Amino acid sequence: MTDSKIRIRLIQVSMFAVIFVAWFIATETESVSNLFLPKLGDVATDFRDLIGSGDAWSPLSVTLFELVVAFFNAVVFGTSIGYLVSRSKFLMRAFEPMFSSMFAVPLIIFYPLALLFFGLGPGSKIAIGSALGFFPVVLNTINGFGHVDAGYMRVARSMGAKGFPMFRRVLLPAALPIILTGYRIGFILCFLSIVGGETIGSFSGLGHQIVFYAESMLTSMMFAYIIFIVIIAYILNSLVFYLEKKGNYY
Amino acid sequence: MQQTSAITRNANEGSEIAIHAGNVTHIFGSDTDAQQVTALDDISIDVFKGELLCLIGPSGCGKSTLLNIMGGLIDPTRGDVQVGAAKVAGPMPHDVAFVFQESALFPWSTVVDNVIVALEFQGVPKEERSARAWNALEAVDLADFGNHYPGQISGGMKQRAQLARALSLETEILLMDEPFGALDEQTRMILGEDLSVMLSKTDKTIVFVTHSLAEAVFLADRVAVMSARPGKFKEIIEVGEGHPRDPDFMLSEKFGKMRNDLYGMLHDEIRKAVDGENAQT
Repeated sequence: MTDSKIRIRLIQVSMFAVIFVAWFIATETESVSNLFLPKLGDVATDFRDLIGSGDAWSPLSVTLFELVVAFFNAVVFGTSIGYLVSRSKFLMRAFEPMFSSMFAVPLIIFYPLALLFFGLGPGSKIAIGSALGFFPVVLNTINGFGHVDAGYMRVARSMGAKGFPMFRRVLLPAALPIILTGYRIGFILCFLSIVGGETIGSFSGLGHQIVFYAESMLTSMMFAYIIFIVIIAYILNSLVFYLEKKGNYY
Repeated sequence: MQQTSAITRNANEGSEIAIHAGNVTHIFGSDTDAQQVTALDDISIDVFKGELLCLIGPSGCGKSTLLNIMGGLIDPTRGDVQVGAAKVAGPMPHDVAFVFQESALFPWSTVVDNVIVALEFQGVPKEERSARAWNALEAVDLADFGNHYPGQISGGMKQRAQLARALSLETEILLMDEPFGALDEQTRMILGEDLSVMLSKTDKTIVFVTHSLAEAVFLADRVAVMSARPGKFKEIIEVGEGHPRDPDFMLSEKFGKMRNDLYGMLHDEIRKAVDGENAQT
């Protein structure tokens, strides 16, 4: 690891250290009520119990199931619609600004509607996750396929490229880095909206557990779940970031 | 100086015609478009088999447009182009290969894969592609860098890789659009020498667009000087030297005189082009 990388890592670790030290001081001196901000030791104990007892796996599996289905929907619909739109300048002019405007709307406002349509089960979370994940995927797909460097296209045409070989060898690799970025953003939005949705109205899932323990005034367990979600989010984000980087191999 | 729209054969009298462009006019933009531009105005030229014809002229005079029309990448507004006996109605990857200035190598493919993909597009059987690609890289002394990505090699190497790709297609005609334009002077001189050596070993027909007077005189069998937009042929010069060219040719009195003559022909056209651009802004 180079000197600059060590320094960057030190800054990142220090930031979290400052937060935990402040948390520790605030709770040990009882500047903040332990009901709102539990002691770090209590949170650590609950976190150990949470992992040890296996209580977290059931809500985690619900959230991951919702995430996988929602992200699958976002990728399938976003990529196919984005590709079709990108094949025509006219369609791009019609749809790209429309999708951009819709992406700017906080779609979570439609969550109550999703609850009415699909109920408190996974359906409503999948619906809102799919909807939020769809927009970055479709927009980046349009952008990726619709704005391939004219120079590459000219070169390929000069060599007689057309049809599927042109798609496989030129269009797809040229568009892939932008599309993968769309997937990464879409994935993060899926995860955020699903966990967020679970906190608003659900029977199960990680977000539901947080609300349950908050309403039960068991805040140290609530914080244990928050830390668990942060760790899961970090792992998932690292995974999609790695996959995105692997796709941008050149 | 006399405006010449049709260049007829002279020193190449008796040679076979590789490319014939007849009364080609090209207009960018529709009739209702206020920004409509006539790039080429009723020009005709024969390019003879085995010669290197340089197109030189001020920016925007239609050199690259003419090259793209010859290669079937652009349809002319009027007139027609023939490659051999066939009328050009689109890209002809079995007859014509291009070498471009930039955005020409696919950055997601290794150097050798850039050559292989061209062979794939051309329809070469899969089992032949790899050997032909490596042979082509060997020919331009780039085999050691075949597994590198374009982003990992120098500008000069990229252009050699492009040349290898074009050579691997084994076409009789090469259309080169300012292939060395983005390179430093020393590298372009070396690549020019290499191209001249290659010409002496093959009977390829090359149309070469350049802005460099020295490059044009050093490489060309004939230099076609184009007027400011709308592009017409203003003059044609026979260089009258065989290939491969000795680098000392650049130090000769003949070379200096031809370069000065070219500059004299181009000066007024470049002035017109610059004044035209200033008037537009």
